[in-house]
Amino acid sequence: MTREAFIAANRFGLGPRPGEMAALARDPRAALTAQLDAPAPPSDLPDTAGALDIAETSRAMRAAGRKDLDGDGHPDNPAHELYLREVEARFRRCVATTAPLRERLVLFWSNHFTVSVARGRILPLAGVFEREAIAPHVTGRFEDLLRAAALHPAMLDYLDQTRSFGPDSKIGRRRATGLNENLGREILELHTLGVDGGYDQADVIALAEILTGWSVVEGGGGAPRRFGFDADRHQPGDKRLLGTRIREGGAGETGDAFALLARHPSTARHLATKLVRHFVADDPPAEAVERIAALYLRTGGDLRAVSAGLIGLDAAWRDPFAKVKTPWELVVSMARALAHPGADAEIPLVLQRLRQLGQPPFGAPSPAGWPDRADDWLGPDALLRRIDLAGDVARRVGDRIDLGALIRETIAPVTPAPKLRLIEGAGDLASGIAMVFAAPEFQQR
Amino acid sequence: MDIRIDRRDLLLGLLGSGLAVTAPRVAYARVPDDRRFIFILLRGGMDGLSAVPPVGDRDYAALRGALAIAPVGKADGALGLDDRFGLHPALAPIHGLWSKGELAIVHAAATPYRERSHFDAQNVLETGGNAPSHDGIGWLNRAIGLMRQDGAPRGRDLGLAVNEAAPLVMAGPARVATWAGPGGGAPPTDYLLDAVDRLYADSPRFHAALATARDTRALLAASEDGMAGKEPGQSRLIPVFGGLATLMRAEGGPRIATLEVTGWDTHTGQGAVMGKFGKLLGQFADALAELRRGLGPAWARTVVVAATEFGRTAVPNGTGGTDHGTAGAAFVLGGAVAGGRMIADWPGLSPQRLYQGRDLAPTTDLRGVFAGVLRDHLGLPAADIRRQIFSDAADLAFVPGLTRG
Repeated sequence: MTREAFIAANRFGLGPRPGEMAALARDPRAALTAQLDAPAPPSDLPDTAGALDIAETSRAMRAAGRKDLDGDGHPDNPAHELYLREVEARFRRCVATTAPLRERLVLFWSNHFTVSVARGRILPLAGVFEREAIAPHVTGRFEDLLRAAALHPAMLDYLDQTRSFGPDSKIGRRRATGLNENLGREILELHTLGVDGGYDQADVIALAEILTGWSVVEGGGGAPRRFGFDADRHQPGDKRLLGTRIREGGAGETGDAFALLARHPSTARHLATKLVRHFVADDPPAEAVERIAALYLRTGGDLRAVSAGLIGLDAAWRDPFAKVKTPWELVVSMARALAHPGADAEIPLVLQRLRQLGQPPFGAPSPAGWPDRADDWLGPDALLRRIDLAGDVARRVGDRIDLGALIRETIAPVTPAPKLRLIEGAGDLASGIAMVFAAPEFQQR
Repeated sequence: MDIRIDRRDLLLGLLGSGLAVTAPRVAYARVPDDRRFIFILLRGGMDGLSAVPPVGDRDYAALRGALAIAPVGKADGALGLDDRFGLHPALAPIHGLWSKGELAIVHAAATPYRERSHFDAQNVLETGGNAPSHDGIGWLNRAIGLMRQDGAPRGRDLGLAVNEAAPLVMAGPARVATWAGPGGGAPPTDYLLDAVDRLYADSPRFHAALATARDTRALLAASEDGMAGKEPGQSRLIPVFGGLATLMRAEGGPRIATLEVTGWDTHTGQGAVMGKFGKLLGQFADALAELRRGLGPAWARTVVVAATEFGRTAVPNGTGGTDHGTAGAAFVLGGAVAGGRMIADWPGLSPQRLYQGRDLAPTTDLRGVFAGVLRDHLGLPAADIRRQIFSDAADLAFVPGLTRG
């Protein structure tokens, strides 16, 4: 019973806050399923248009060599400030949420559709992308999620779609410019079919042509950019994608193509594999992948049904330590275990730690997103840094924490008694707390 | 305000950014004149029978077995103190203080606590009561509160809090400054890594990764220390003790400070001369020597007391270590100490004299040592110490003559 509550709170959650496992224990599967229907938390951060304004302000400041925006003598960096506010809001959301499964899904799909601040111009957009393009759709239809993510300004910018012109479009015929395949290729390879999903270079070109037109439609010269569909960039004519004719139809072609891709069995398999790897095991059991893929196809890509299907997998409830927490999951789970309010979090410190642990927020190294296997996160040096983090946090909170309660509310259900005695017998309280956080029972989920 | 900022800069500059993990916490206060007092908490239960071995006790060698320190004059033998006691060889850096009269050792000493929990024992050591207290006030904080009443308010000078809280012994209503190294950057202590590694015994992935990481780190440390001409591991505590010394030496610097040294909980692989215990003790001794060097002329006005929450079992356990015990040893050192002597009502180590048949029996109340220093070094009235600092301790026997007054 409590073992299942532990798995529910960690495998499917962000680590238990005090009292969470007790609440989950009555019926862990039902409690998780209920989390799927939790509303998305409100946000007071700028929407996409607001973030684009800020991006433009930053760009204009750089262009003009201006550092101090408000004349207070201190340099301003509005794009970076927005990024920090987004990181703080995300951290707070994850630490405080009573529907952690929903946040986990947001993190999963945000990683699936990576836009990374590794490209500097994405800095002010990554947060709003996750809040507006990802979060509203994580329990909706995959097709809608795909559309929202692939056509969001952050993605159009990140994957160079703004530089793509149909060679035979109105603009393309005038200028020496052409197709940029980047977004089309990544949608096929990463977002939908998967690299072995049965497409070829002709399909990449076809999708890239279909997508021509999605770009900046106004702004520039100091005005904030607005994104949308510009028919003057669109490659005219019918296209052939995966053997299916997509009839000439301007912006509408994209919807047809996304519908085709979202319902494709390769997409079902690709998404099922990633989901099962994320929620069950590094090497996803074939039978579980089959079930989730079939469920996906049967429901037309209903992500609520698919998520509920993951909860229903027996394999998900077997090994409580099948996965290593990512650095973000680790840091959040420590804050949750300490019942941190999340509000006055020392974000620069959190950021510094996440960088040291190899996972700066919104900063995946490539469009493929963060990796999802233990070997990617648990190198020797990384483990030492994780232990260092445990020790550092323990010293900071040491005298405010009841070690016995911390153990009960985190690792006790799955930790053998002799180990618990080792921790309880630590030479000082801070070491005891550090041992809880460094324990494999805490580092894995 | 300015003073605070200067101090903070001084601290950060002195102590660098890489010391957070091993850095003992520093909290400081001022007293009305130029006397200095430093209280060092040896957390984890330091083995007094190894640190200050009673090599002249006829039961010692047999009782301690593999953990026994050889007599004075033998190979790896104790450093001579008097005809009964010696110092662990790792304490060589402070042995010279004994003949100078700047080191006194209290033995068979304990707080009133007689159970075996680290946390409760540390609580009693720090609050100065008869049992664990939850009012969150340490005895040294109460003492500072009394000093404050004597002179002009100096609260302004106490205000330094970088990030961590004062240890319990310093915590309470009298405002004290705290410092702790900036977080991050420094590697975890060997003590924590040993402890964590025990948790990894059943997790091959974690155990292997940690072992590899530690090997790498040892190699790096060896090459760095080699370049600096130091023994590996020697430098662990030195920068913090040295930094504190520089601060306390300064005219406007703190006059009362606490430090913590952790890692004394030697349940396994304790060793006699070599081993976990000897290594840590050596680092501690090096750090004390650095403290003395750093204090310079201020050393003459300084008393340092280093005490632990309890001693360890007299007989080694089955894993080459010792378990939580009762009485142990405490160090009193400094230029203001009337040293060169043992303060011990030695109970002996014969089986019938051991506490509960397993521990060195307590014969001196550690609070009497603290009270003696507060009275004779810091000039607090004995009546105030009895009434307001150690009010639980009826008939507390002040250890007399600890300082040169």
